[in-house]
Amino acid sequence: MDWIQIGSVVLLGAMLIFIFPRMRHAVKNAPKGSSKDWLNYLMILVVVGLFIVFLVQMV
Amino acid sequence: MNPNYSVATHSSSSTLATNKLIRNTYTLLSMTLLFSAGAATAGVMMNLSQGMALGATIAAIAMLWFVLPRTANSAVGIPVIFGITGLLGLGLGPVLNYYLSVNPNIVMTALGGTGAIFLGLSAYALTTRKDFSFLAGFLMVGMFVVIGASLLNIFLNIPVMSLAVSAAVIMIMSGFILYQTSAMVNGGETNYIMATASLFLSIINMFQALLHILGAFNSND
Repeated sequence: MDWIQIGSVVLLGAMLIFIFPRMRHAVKNAPKGSSKDWLNYLMILVVVGLFIVFLVQMV
Repeated sequence: MNPNYSVATHSSSSTLATNKLIRNTYTLLSMTLLFSAGAATAGVMMNLSQGMALGATIAAIAMLWFVLPRTANSAVGIPVIFGITGLLGLGLGPVLNYYLSVNPNIVMTALGGTGAIFLGLSAYALTTRKDFSFLAGFLMVGMFVVIGASLLNIFLNIPVMSLAVSAAVIMIMSGFILYQTSAMVNGGETNYIMATASLFLSIINMFQALLHILGAFNSND
């Protein structure tokens, strides 16, 4: 393992430690979405996914 | 005072404040993206090493965590956000150099694709004015899992896992763009410097993930 990998491990580890309390707070306090909200979000992700497939075909 | 008049005045001033926030955010975002693109070009031309790029990225993240939250409510926040975005752009140097040497078309397609996804999602959130605050928990958990998987893959080195992480990053960043734009429209975010930082990070992460996916499926290998 070279020192760039060690640096990346340290950076990603620090990110996990930094994000964890924010994640816990967001999970506890975020408003709950209805099934319609989630379906809407899912549809958007499908459109984005199809667009990525289109981009992959282009290169 | 007539209560109806008071409500109308309050609503109109709130709309003005939202419009000002959106205008300021997109102006600052455009400027930081241009600045970051300039820094990335400098990184490519200087043939920046991976170590230097990692150093620039670590410095940018440290500024993002420890300096920006303390300065975002003052004029000092502007040079800080330019510093962060410049360092992140500089950190892209070696990655861009690699993909430009493989197939320059990949970089242009990733750039255009990221721009199109960002504009499409922003336009959707701005025009529908839907509230995407319910995504907060899901996006943070997704981010945590993706960072954990990236960390694990440094040791495992599985190419398919790396591709899956990139695909997940694009989906999560799409969610962050919707969430942040809707927060600006619906009053969840009132600081244009913080809104710019959040949107910039979504764009740069999406660009890197798209570069990785397009590079992996590149037919010119």
